[in-house]
Amino acid sequence: MNNWIDIIALDEIPRLGSRVIRTDTMDVAVFRTRDDQVFALRDACPHKGGPLSQGIVHGTSVTCPLHNWKIDLASGEALGPDEGCTNVFATKVEGGRVLLALKADVAAA
Amino acid sequence: MKQKLVLIGNGMAGVRTLEELLKLAPDSYEITVFGAEPHPNYNRIMLSPVLAGEKTIDDIILNSREWYAEKGIRLISGDPVVEINRARRHVRTRDGVVAGYDRLLIATGSNPFIIPVPGHDKAGVIGFRDIADVETMLHAAKDYKRAVVIGGGLLGLEAANGLMKQGMQVHVVHLLDSLMERQLDKAASALLKSSLETRGMQFLMEAQTAEILGDDRVTGVRFADGSEVAADLVVMAVGIRPNMALAQQAGLHCERGIVVNDTMQTFDPRVYAVGECVQHRGSCYGLVAPLFEQAKVAANHLVEMGIARYEGSVTSTKLKVTGIDLFSAGEFNEGEGDETLVLQDPSQGVYKKLVIRDNKVKGAVLYGDTMDGTWYFTLLREGTDISAFRSTILFGQHDLGDAGHGDASASVMALPASAEICGCNGVCKGDIVDAISKKGLFTLEEVRAHTKASSSCGSCTGLVEAILAGTVGEGYDKAPSKKGMCGCTEHSHDEVIAAIRKGKLKTMQAVRDALDWKTPDGCASCRPALNYYLLANWPAEYEDDAQSRFINERAHGNIQKDGTYSVVPRMFGGLCTANDLRAIADVSDKYKVPEMKVTGGQRIDLFGVKKEDLPAMWKDLTDAGFVSGHAYGKAMRTVKTCAGKTWCRFGTQNSTGLGVKLEELTWGSWMPHKFKLAVSGCPRNCAEATIKDFGVVCVDSGYELHVGGNGGIKVRVTDLLCKVETEEEVLEYCGAFTQLYREEAHYLERTAPWVERVGLNHIKQQVLEDEANRKALYERFLFGQKFAQIDPWKARAEGSEAHEFTPLKIA
Repeated sequence: MNNWIDIIALDEIPRLGSRVIRTDTMDVAVFRTRDDQVFALRDACPHKGGPLSQGIVHGTSVTCPLHNWKIDLASGEALGPDEGCTNVFATKVEGGRVLLALKADVAAA
Repeated sequence: MKQKLVLIGNGMAGVRTLEELLKLAPDSYEITVFGAEPHPNYNRIMLSPVLAGEKTIDDIILNSREWYAEKGIRLISGDPVVEINRARRHVRTRDGVVAGYDRLLIATGSNPFIIPVPGHDKAGVIGFRDIADVETMLHAAKDYKRAVVIGGGLLGLEAANGLMKQGMQVHVVHLLDSLMERQLDKAASALLKSSLETRGMQFLMEAQTAEILGDDRVTGVRFADGSEVAADLVVMAVGIRPNMALAQQAGLHCERGIVVNDTMQTFDPRVYAVGECVQHRGSCYGLVAPLFEQAKVAANHLVEMGIARYEGSVTSTKLKVTGIDLFSAGEFNEGEGDETLVLQDPSQGVYKKLVIRDNKVKGAVLYGDTMDGTWYFTLLREGTDISAFRSTILFGQHDLGDAGHGDASASVMALPASAEICGCNGVCKGDIVDAISKKGLFTLEEVRAHTKASSSCGSCTGLVEAILAGTVGEGYDKAPSKKGMCGCTEHSHDEVIAAIRKGKLKTMQAVRDALDWKTPDGCASCRPALNYYLLANWPAEYEDDAQSRFINERAHGNIQKDGTYSVVPRMFGGLCTANDLRAIADVSDKYKVPEMKVTGGQRIDLFGVKKEDLPAMWKDLTDAGFVSGHAYGKAMRTVKTCAGKTWCRFGTQNSTGLGVKLEELTWGSWMPHKFKLAVSGCPRNCAEATIKDFGVVCVDSGYELHVGGNGGIKVRVTDLLCKVETEEEVLEYCGAFTQLYREEAHYLERTAPWVERVGLNHIKQQVLEDEANRKALYERFLFGQKFAQIDPWKARAEGSEAHEFTPLKIA
């Protein structure tokens, strides 16, 4: 069972941008694509821990601002020849609000 | 149902087309490949090193059978196609396999030309074309002693060298009086000949083969003048002929090769052709770089993107004989009205010749020292005006002021595997060579993606290219006739800039629509570039897109490796007061700034600031009268000044005051890359104005204006633009030069490479000679500044873009 937390209105995340959600243990980056899909990743690039939330979002991936690794928003995996993966959290949009499930997927990941 | 694609010819050009096609649209076709040879696709150009015993056949396999299986491609090897039926749209092999097609790709390559003299069909007479030929030669070398190679061209000499390495005595027979006449001028050819002779190769020049002697097996060769030479093996390497028999039999229009248009389509719209078998705009190519360009274009059309065009290639050649460095490109024999530059050092075995026309490189022949081959080839392809460095061009690129990586004369391939090539990412030569051979890499982009070498500052690009060329040979894809801005488009920077202006495109979406972008919202490299181009062209109308800016420009601070930011307030001309410093000290205390540093641009950097503290900190700084220093942006950075006339006993003019005026004029403007200025008060040049993008050196009679300097990756001293007499003129020329750079340079191209690309003469024409144009450029610069000189810190301290800086907290 996912434990959904209401975090923010969809409109408060810029299109092709992100917001940072600070929890007790880590930062989570919540991304919004051009067609209003929402994804959440642990805000740390698998390469050197760069803040993915600060990267440029394109399609369904984000480019890390530190060394240009490209991370897939849906799987958290590095694209192209790079290898590595960051944690993914479930999200859904209901009535214009973005909901995030932290615990279930932390355990899974 | 998927469309069916049949490829005839399992060689480099055909399979490369499939690779390009799979990259673009992996699921577009059900693919069948027919190969006459029993092997999977291998690197044909590396047959010479295999023959010489420097590589094995396994080393040169490009796509293993597993690759075909993984990609779902049906491979039928060792069974040649014998018929194309265009009416029924199928092909049939010798063993009777029939495969239908919706699209057919012909890549049958070429055949070695066998001179039809009596006896040419005896055992022991072969061409040099495929693995079977190499195996025949290797076997012959075990049982026999004497070899004759007919043909003193590239291929013939490589074959002769290989056979000699295998222990045979080799005679090279050549019809003309100089070797490799299609690649070398007579002087270089003579050097090559004497160097090969010292290795034991023997030559029979101006010898016309009349007959191959022997019963079943060859025993010798007789020439037209009646002389003879003994031989147990004869290799004919006198040229290749496009293999177009199948196409001709199928009724496709052929001349010297299968005729294709700029989209690699034959006269039958369902049938494409690439590689050595084609004839494009009257030319047939036998080198690999053009084939790869053709492959790209054919793939683009096969997946129905329909935007790429092949416009022919300029080629360059390197001889793959270990220990002999030789390079040639373009028109290396001078025609009427051409000039030649020659450097000759016989005792060092060095010969360099450049053919120049209208101050542009038209051709190059290098012998002995080929380090700069790639550079000359780039100048040739891009048509760079070389007048600015013509007097030193023969000394090579490093003479232009490359900070360099050690001794340029030491060939890169001689370096040990442990030598560090890329200092930014710590990549050694061995890593690069491994990645190239294990992963089958062919392009600089691929090497960058896999190893990260040369992917940061780019200063080692030349070295990486040299390693690539040395490892894969001619297969190295160094000469795309034109380069797309990024993976999202085939259009180059210049084409995009032109389209924005001509089509009055004013949004990113309009650009992407008009130019057929492959991705809906671009990528991390084209979005910032488009954002800049639109901003520079339509300052009043275009609305800056924060999400297309790199984080530094979005957060107006430099992101550091721990995710914190640095803050640099602007100090006009480097001047400051006690109150300014006090305000900075107070801010530093208040926000617990862990480290402060005086920058090279004469201001103060505050490191380690948390992103959420930025707006409050900026408010305190703007209250104290500071504006953003744009130390984070592709923008005007600083104006460096020296002590100045007020204090310095050597000073002329009010240099510090001029520095402040220049900074007031230019601050806030976005640029293709960072942009730095300096003003020195006398020719001692303490402000180092001659390594800045725009530098002013004050002299007693006025102001010298210098442009295109760089103190970064590759130090470049400025070119003198002109001398002016008044401060007003300095400001006008500065604005005009800056605007020309803003309008013409490619995004992320600094003034130094831009000046070298377009030539100083072009800049002088635009800024000096055409007064009306200068004034218009200056006007456009001032107009743009109306919208740019709004302090981003103040705006954000007042609440703009607050979401960017505020994290959400949940327990």
